[in-house]
This record gives sequence, structure tokens and C-alpha cells, in this order.
Amino acid sequence: MLVQLLFYAFAAVMLAAATAVILVRNPVYSALSLVVTFFSAASIWLLIQAEFLAIVLVLVYVGAVMVLFLFVVMMLDVDLEELRSGFAGHAWLGGLVALLLAAEIVGVIWVKGLGSGIDLRSGLAAAAPGASNTRELGVSLFTHYLYPFELAAMLLLVAIVVAIVLTMRVRHREGVKVQDVAAQVAVRREERVRVLQMPPEKRS
Amino acid sequence: MITLQHVLVLSGLLFTLSVAGIFINRKNVILLLMCIELLLLSANFNFVAFSRYHGNIDGQVFVFFVLTVAAAEAAIGLAILVVLFRRRRSINVAEISTLKG
Repeated sequence: MLVQLLFYAFAAVMLAAATAVILVRNPVYSALSLVVTFFSAASIWLLIQAEFLAIVLVLVYVGAVMVLFLFVVMMLDVDLEELRSGFAGHAWLGGLVALLLAAEIVGVIWVKGLGSGIDLRSGLAAAAPGASNTRELGVSLFTHYLYPFELAAMLLLVAIVVAIVLTMRVRHREGVKVQDVAAQVAVRREERVRVLQMPPEKRS
Repeated sequence: MITLQHVLVLSGLLFTLSVAGIFINRKNVILLLMCIELLLLSANFNFVAFSRYHGNIDGQVFVFFVLTVAAAEAAIGLAILVVLFRRRRSINVAEISTLKG
């Protein structure tokens, strides 16, 4: 009973924060609402006993991704009024699509009656006594999914390299000579070759 | 008691909100990226719920990979956003029409 009350409370907070993300004027408040959304989501994952992922969600999203978002939002000097223009025009369309989608999704789940009567906290298969979510996940990740795990690490490395290459601006100091490849390729004959007309000279 | 239905309805509503956000904030790239994060979160909810329902850990492994890809996507997306802002002094999606797509 307490668990169900907690679930409803966290779900309400999460949906309210998600609504705030898409509706508030200032992107900084949007990002902060998104942080609240992720925290509530992590709490719900804790409730249905996916503990490791709940902690990872807080660490990765709140700790890294959202800080990145906030940095970018604060760094860019964005003209908000221009971006908000046409907001009311799209709002009713968004609301209509949202209502339709919600009715469809909830309707389908309602009609199918998926998994009613089975508590997610125990699940279909009874867990072994003393089983740990983290240990289970780790065993699966480092045996069966080892190769995809390595690929994920490579993907992150590539993402780091790409992000740095995209945003790095190289400033050269005074007096340091650098090669400008574009200028070298674009050079034409007239800029480099000078034809001199010289009379022949007699050997003395 | 939290059943599968509870979590599925919750994730469906979250998905709906993110789609509405994409419709409403279609000019602001930052908010579009945030809505995509919400969308991925709602998909992760389904993975976790079904993983718990079947007592099978594989769903949670997939959530792990989705989180990895989402982090990479956010990093690259924001990098592109910064480069775009440096060049055009604006992040309005309506003005990004060089490719006439």
C-alpha cells in the first residue's frame, strides 16, 4: 500500500515536471525540470527494484548530461522571444496530438489488460534469496553482452573525439607560422609565377 | 502493488508529453533535444518494467546501452548546436534550410 502511494506520488511529480519541461519559457528552467523528471524516474525504478539503473540514471543524466545541457543553455545568448513566436499556434496542435496519443496508448494497455495481478516487485519468476540486481546485471553484461559492452565504450570514445573536434577552435599565437591547406589548394599560377623578360648577356 | 499496467500507462503518458513538446517547441533546438531525452526515458521505462515482469535481466542490459547511446547523442547534438550558434548566431530550426530538405 505504501509502495503504491509512493509510486503515485513519484508518477505525479514526474508528469508535472515533464509538463514543465515542455511549457516553461526559460530553457534553464526546462533543464532543471528535466532534472526533477529524471530524479522521479529513478525513484520509480528503485520502487520496482531496478536499483543499479536508478543510480546510473541519476549519475549519468543528472550528473553529466544535464550539466552539459545547462552549460550550453547558459553559454548561448539565445533570443527567446523569436523562438517563442508561434508558440500558441503550435500549442493546440501539440495538445490535440498528445490527447490522441494518450487515448490510444492507454486504451490499448487497458484493453489488453497486460500483466494485471502480478506485482512487478516480485515478477513472474521468483528471485533467489540474496539475489542482487547489480550482480545479476554485471554477470549478464560481462559474459553474454561483453562484445556490445566494448562497442558501447568505443561509441563513447568516438563521441568524445567528435564533440571535441567539432567545438575546438584553434587560436594561433603571434609569430607562429601555420599551414593553411585551403589557401594552398586555392592558389593560382598568377599568384606564384612571375615571368621576367631579360636580355641575354655576353660572357665577359 | 505496482503492476505492469501502472508502469506502461506512466511511460505512455511520458511519451505523449515528449511528443507534444516536440510539436510545441519546434523552433528551439535545445528543447527538441530535451524532448528526445524524455522520449528515450519513456522507452527505458518499458524495458525496465518488462524486464522485472519476466524476471529476465536482459531488458535492463538494453537500458544500459540506451543510456550510453543517449549520452553520446546529447554530447554530439550539443556540440553541433554550439557550432551552429557560432556560425548563424541563432538556433532557430526554421532558419536552418541550407540543404533545402
